[in-house]
Amino acid sequence: MAVAATSRLNLLARLGGAAEECLAYLGGLAQLSSRALWLVFVSPLKRRRSFDRAAGQAMSVGVGAIPIVSLITFFIGLIMALQGAYELRRLGAMQLVPALVAVAVTRELGPLITAIVVIGRSGSAFAAEIGTMRVTEELDALEAMALDPMAFLVAPKFVAMAVMVPCLAVWSDLMGVLGGCAFGVTAGGFTTLGYFTSTRNALTASDVVTGIVKSFVFGLIITAVGCQEGFSTGAGAQEVGRSTTSAVVRSILMVILVDVVFTIFFYITGGLS
Amino acid sequence: MDAAVVGTPIISARDLRVRYGEREILHGLRFDILHGETVVILGGSGSGKSTLLRTMVGLEKSHSGELRVKGVDMGKASERTKAELRLKMGLSFQGGALLGSLSVGENIALPLLEHSGLAPSTVEVMVRIKLEQVGLSGFEDFSPSALSGGMKKRAAFARALAMDPEILFFDEPSAGLDPIMAAGIDNLILNLKKAYTVTMVIVTHELASAFLVADRIMVVDKGDIIADGPPDLLRQSDHPRVRQFLDRVPDSESGDDEVDHLRMYTEGVR
Ligand SMILES: Nc1ncnc2c1ncn2[C@@H]1O[C@H](COP(=O)(O)OP(=O)(O)O)[C@@H](O)[C@H]1O
Ligand SMILES: [Mg+2]
Repeated sequence: MAVAATSRLNLLARLGGAAEECLAYLGGLAQLSSRALWLVFVSPLKRRRSFDRAAGQAMSVGVGAIPIVSLITFFIGLIMALQGAYELRRLGAMQLVPALVAVAVTRELGPLITAIVVIGRSGSAFAAEIGTMRVTEELDALEAMALDPMAFLVAPKFVAMAVMVPCLAVWSDLMGVLGGCAFGVTAGGFTTLGYFTSTRNALTASDVVTGIVKSFVFGLIITAVGCQEGFSTGAGAQEVGRSTTSAVVRSILMVILVDVVFTIFFYITGGLS
Repeated sequence: MDAAVVGTPIISARDLRVRYGEREILHGLRFDILHGETVVILGGSGSGKSTLLRTMVGLEKSHSGELRVKGVDMGKASERTKAELRLKMGLSFQGGALLGSLSVGENIALPLLEHSGLAPSTVEVMVRIKLEQVGLSGFEDFSPSALSGGMKKRAAFARALAMDPEILFFDEPSAGLDPIMAAGIDNLILNLKKAYTVTMVIVTHELASAFLVADRIMVVDKGDIIADGPPDLLRQSDHPRVRQFLDRVPDSESGDDEVDHLRMYTEGVR
């Protein structure tokens, strides 16, 4: 009895400790993000050069991701259509396939899959880049040259991600619908025009806007976690690997958690309309 | 203890203590570095030389004591004050620390473009001059990873010189280089001494190079300054640790631990 009570207390204490750590981590993320965003708007660095850096980042996180995002979301759209048709065919409701694909992709899968791909491509790269710079003293070198790593490295990443992740999400919506259309036209008895008309009729502006808002927040989260993990890299090359891994794992977890919160919120409020 | 060079202190430390976590690395240092002086910080590896250098640039915080650089109290200065101060300092890191994402030329151009407001064409010319100064002309477009260790150090030199700083810090400029390259770096430092009115703080464990370039040598041992004076005076020092360092005597001879252990072992067997 007493043993059980102590172990329960221990468990509580451990949970408390973990919760505290979590809060501290989130606090760190918030601090990093707010400082970076503040620097974006009140940057002491030359605007022209910061803009160039952000544009360079945007090319690599955004434009560079287009092929893989396109491929993946096209197939996700196709899969959604197939899976939907499997069930809807029995109900004789094949005409609902475009709507199912459109809503699932724009509200949920497009932004989410985009975020996962961006985590794998860019979130990990941010952590590796900054982590390597920590290990090779390049971060110290920046500071010694009176260049703030936050302004020099982090702020352009935030700008690039805040712009490019929503763009990618919209693009992935389109590719997902195309994937659904590929099924609809080849095996679902739709004409291309008919499929797109049904898609258009099924979507409201709020579906697309919901996705854009979510992916904007995802972009900020991925950047914050990637950079934070990079900065907290310890000494030695193996530490860079560790921070990269934990950037990916933590970003995925946080993106999913935030997604849950958003979805519940939109469910309760009936979406952004 | 007083330096041979006349002038006023540009850096002064009083009871400077620096810690990593709970472990104290520098145990209450007291020294002055004067305007225009070339000071060599000599000491074995792990004695805290790099830590001292990093503290002087404000990359490490002192735990207690006072460190003034150009009149600024580094312990209390804001980040902005430190950044302003750093515009007048150049630091070349032990490993070079060139930014891997930029070319050699871009590395050297970076502080100029960010801070000086010069036109890119002017910066390009300045980069070429700086690279020529360190014997690296024509390497502008190379990636740092394509340079040898010695070339990296030279490029890091060029970057430290880019802003024509008042104080230059070099961490182990010739460590790990072949003798010819090391002599080249010494020459470079001597040329800088002639050409600029800069204060230079050079960390090294190379005796020959220390005695060649120094106006004054501070010997750091396990976080304490155990000798401080002009090279000639230092040569005659009778401090046991300084003598040991200058005469290249290994530790075990004075410590005897290893010998005792061996003797015990062999005698035990017999
Ligand atoms: N970032 C750090 N964290 C903890 N300990 C460190 C760190 N950097 C250096 N040290 C320790 O401080 C001591 C002095 O290091 P350092 O100043 O690099 O010596 P030196 O440059 O004279 O070889 C060493 O014992 C080293 O282990
Ligand atoms: Mg060192």
